Amino acid sequence: MLASLIASFAGLLFGFGLAISMMINPAKVLGFLDIGGAWDPSLILVLVGAIGTTAIGFTLARRLDRPLAAQIFHGSPKHSVDLPLVVGSLIFGVGWGLVGYCPGPALAAFALGNSSAIQVVMAMIGGIAVFEVWQWVSRRIKGVS
Amino acid sequence: MIATQFTPVPALLGGMLIGVSATLLWIGLGRTAGISGILGGLATARGGNAAWRTAFLVGLMAGSALYQLAAGPVATAAPASGSVLILGGALVGFGTRLGSGCTSGHGVCGIARLSRRSLVATALFVGSAMATVAMVRHVMRG
Repeated sequence: MLASLIASFAGLLFGFGLAISMMINPAKVLGFLDIGGAWDPSLILVLVGAIGTTAIGFTLARRLDRPLAAQIFHGSPKHSVDLPLVVGSLIFGVGWGLVGYCPGPALAAFALGNSSAIQVVMAMIGGIAVFEVWQWVSRRIKGVS
Repeated sequence: MIATQFTPVPALLGGMLIGVSATLLWIGLGRTAGISGILGGLATARGGNAAWRTAFLVGLMAGSALYQLAAGPVATAAPASGSVLILGGALVGFGTRLGSGCTSGHGVCGIARLSRRSLVATALFVGSAMATVAMVRHVMRG
């Protein structure tokens, strides 16, 4: 219960932050990605503000033995650069460049009822489903349950 | 093509809010605020693991709605047609899952903890997105 309360408040801040920074507007995101055009560097400052604040937060969190409303810190289990990371990131970039929404802004714009965001979110969920089915099938083939 | 203005103050302010959100989720739940991971994890999550993910995503959507309620209409339309939106959305969904993260998980949280994987992933997806925009806007349209 407490965990879901914290999660929903964190989500609220995240969505509000995306909206204030105008990152839910694909025109601004594509304006950043278009270095050969009328370049809009706003996205860099969004990242600077977010990374700086998060880095301070993560440093403070080192004083905790465990999270406030959970048993353990779920860090990434992987540490080396591998092929899925490289290929997946390149594929994501192509999609991002085509539509101007990454997953967070897509959901935030979806919530405002924008028709292009609704189409992107549906297709995004389709892409996730394809990945999950592929993972499930390859686990079955390898015999790992 | 719509040209947009550089908006440093809202950008920094919004970024800091996203940072507070990522901190809260880490300190409270020990979870990374990566949207593709939170959404994709719902495919296999059960019980409390599904509950916090749903709560976060509902909160995120309520957050942008709340902003629009307070500040008035916000521009959110993508300057692309139907088939491009479907193709692009599918690539975003599949690519972020295969690459274990998106702009928030790798770009914000991963870089904040100086993860080598996230630094490489962010450089690659920003690079391929810039190349894609250059193709669409400058090469294919002459």
